[in-house]
Amino acid sequence: MHLDHAEGFPQRHTYSAPLRTRPDGRRRALRIGLGGPVGSGKTATVAALCRALRGELSIAVVTNDIYTREDAEFLLRNAVLPAERITAVETGACPHTAIRDDISANLEAVEDLEEAVGPLDLVLVESGGDNLTATFSKGLVDAQVFVIDVAGGDKVPRKGGPGVSTADLLVVNKTDLAPMVGADLGVMARDAAAQRGTLPVAFTSLTAPDGIAPVTAWVREQLAAWTAVPV
Amino acid sequence: MTAATHGERRHPARAALLVLADGRFPAGGHAHSGGAEAAVKAGRITGAADLEEFCRGRLATTGLVAAALAAAAAAGVDPRALDDAADARTPSPALRATSRRLGRQLTRAARAVWPSPALEELAASRPRGAHHSVVLGLTAAAAGLDPLDAAHAAAHESVSGPATAVVRLLSLDPFHATAVLARLAPQTDRVARRAEEHALAARTGGTSALPAASAPLLDLFAEDHAAWPVRLFAS
Amino acid sequence: MTAPPAVRGVRAAARIAAVPDGRGGTALPLLAGDGPLALRRTRSAPGWARVTVVGAMCAPLGGDRLALDAEVAAGARLLVGSAAATVALPGADGARATYDTNLTVGRNAELHWEPEPLIAAAGSDLAVTTRIRLTAGARLVLREIQVLGRAGEAPGHLTSRLTATLDGQPLLEQELALGPGEPGWDGPAVLGGRRAVGQLLLVAPEFIDAPPNVTRLSADRGDGVALVTPLAGPAVLVTALAADGLTVRHLLDRARPPLPGAA
Ligand SMILES: Nc1nc2c(ncn2[C@@H]2O[C@H](COP(=O)(O)OP(=O)(O)OP(=O)(O)O)[C@@H](O)[C@H]2O)c(=O)[nH]1
Ligand SMILES: [Mg+2]
Repeated sequence: MHLDHAEGFPQRHTYSAPLRTRPDGRRRALRIGLGGPVGSGKTATVAALCRALRGELSIAVVTNDIYTREDAEFLLRNAVLPAERITAVETGACPHTAIRDDISANLEAVEDLEEAVGPLDLVLVESGGDNLTATFSKGLVDAQVFVIDVAGGDKVPRKGGPGVSTADLLVVNKTDLAPMVGADLGVMARDAAAQRGTLPVAFTSLTAPDGIAPVTAWVREQLAAWTAVPV
Repeated sequence: MTAATHGERRHPARAALLVLADGRFPAGGHAHSGGAEAAVKAGRITGAADLEEFCRGRLATTGLVAAALAAAAAAGVDPRALDDAADARTPSPALRATSRRLGRQLTRAARAVWPSPALEELAASRPRGAHHSVVLGLTAAAAGLDPLDAAHAAAHESVSGPATAVVRLLSLDPFHATAVLARLAPQTDRVARRAEEHALAARTGGTSALPAASAPLLDLFAEDHAAWPVRLFAS
Repeated sequence: MTAPPAVRGVRAAARIAAVPDGRGGTALPLLAGDGPLALRRTRSAPGWARVTVVGAMCAPLGGDRLALDAEVAAGARLLVGSAAATVALPGADGARATYDTNLTVGRNAELHWEPEPLIAAAGSDLAVTTRIRLTAGARLVLREIQVLGRAGEAPGHLTSRLTATLDGQPLLEQELALGPGEPGWDGPAVLGGRRAVGQLLLVAPEFIDAPPNVTRLSADRGDGVALVTPLAGPAVLVTALAADGLTVRHLLDRARPPLPGAA
């Protein structure tokens, strides 16, 4: 007689990133977080990754907009993935809290997607555009990408911050605009290396054909490493 | 028995209450405004004075109900009966969904922080999530807290959520918002004590002994909010 | 010092029993009222019995204890209304009045309980309790409208508890505590400065498979809102808030979803 319990879901909310398996013992999806300042190209990166990989992988996306749904709606409008594979999480005006300090809503969203459209190979979690200090909790994602762009000049890598210096991949996007804003990509590469040591940096222009290629290659490496570990 | 050991027996886990009631406890509360986002948009909260009246009403109604459900769960009343009782006290489908979502998020946190068989049993029987107040009560018990502590946690949360949200929504001076919570503290204590009394009565009298105070505007705000395409808070 | 003997209020009880009459209609083997709660059987549509509560006009006064019980047996159909609004007035000693209603509705029975508004006059103190026990398959329409203060008058104090169970399981538990002394009742979480509130509870087994959508209405004229919410069980609650009782009533009428499968 209960109207709110129409669907029966299996046991859930039991596993966060440190666990590699779902409750049923199968391997869960690899979770990659994408963070970075407002407008740097996170959603464009997510869209390009989905287009490049959706033929070979089962993908879902969680967005964490500041003002919800802008990103989710962009992905929907552009038919990057079917609607049921995209979930928007509200962050109460604190996007960094939702990906770092209190990841419970994002974990819910990831697991809901795995239950609803799974099994999944890859879940991309886009953070709401924030500042240079926002990073993803290891309890939420297995690897994180920090996306900055050249439009604000070439000083961003030099400024550092946890995103720039510790992300598993730093993407410097909109290289096509570098000449227009007088950004020196060589300086950016050098400063990034100084901040990041051996951690990789990818320079992208998403307006160019297959401009996403270096990021796609990195994601494939991550997936290979993920699936190489037996469950 | 000395006063000290007596005191210790009555409050075996006071610090655990601070952990549980901390606004930074990672159970999803930060993204919920408790109706404040819709009340702000409707022009019904414009500053600290309105916020105080909003919180006063919320505390006396849904705050009291949540506190009593939490206290009853901590007092050992059957959590599934309490979950049904929470449904009957929540006419708004949006608020039922929010409460279950927050219950699930709290379950996730509690499993890692204070694991307990009672919580596992409830989670197994309510896979879509049990009501937040019931999970809160079981979590409090797992943390070694008593029913009054559970009631305090729920009552405090019923006002701290909107207050924090309004600081972000209206750029309200955080000192003024916190002063609102301080002024409501005596009422919060009274609500928690009343909730505990009801909870103890429910141990023998069943869940109909629990309060059912309702707030029509909170239901309205919740349904309005749930229908917005764009919002900052999840509720 | 001995306290003066308490002024005893009126105790009045009324009872209604409705049963199928065996010819497709509804009989009233019990129809008993006294004092301020006089009952009249009035004309009704075929299949139904209709009862009007008359004379409740000046009750309850502070200290009064009123009780109204109705039992609708399986298959019977009963409509209950009242002839005029009920006005709660202050008693001589400031004591609280109580008004308890107990409704029982059996399988395939139908009860429409739609009394006129209850007005809590300035200085009054009334506790209303409504308990509804439904058996699976029962149908119910229950309306209650509460107005805080007569026109231009300060509000009285009113608490109203509504408990509905279906086969013993809780279906709806609501309590409104309004008027002077109740924290926040007038503020932006509860009534928001409005003086009238109304509810319509509809129960029908068909709501399990076909619950109505959540709907929100605004008053045609003046300030008022109504909200239609499907409950967790086979029931719907319509809540209306407005400056006055008439607007609440119009809102409830407009927002009221049809009772599915009703005779
Ligand atoms: N020229 C140029 N524009 C780009 C590139 N990548 C993204 N953009 C544009 O930059 C703008 C912002 O891109 P988004 O992908 O929405 O950025 P975002 O980081 O997701 O933004 P938020 O989610 O609002 O923080 C859009 O207008 C994109 O079309 C690029 O490589 N070159
Ligand atoms: Mg974006």
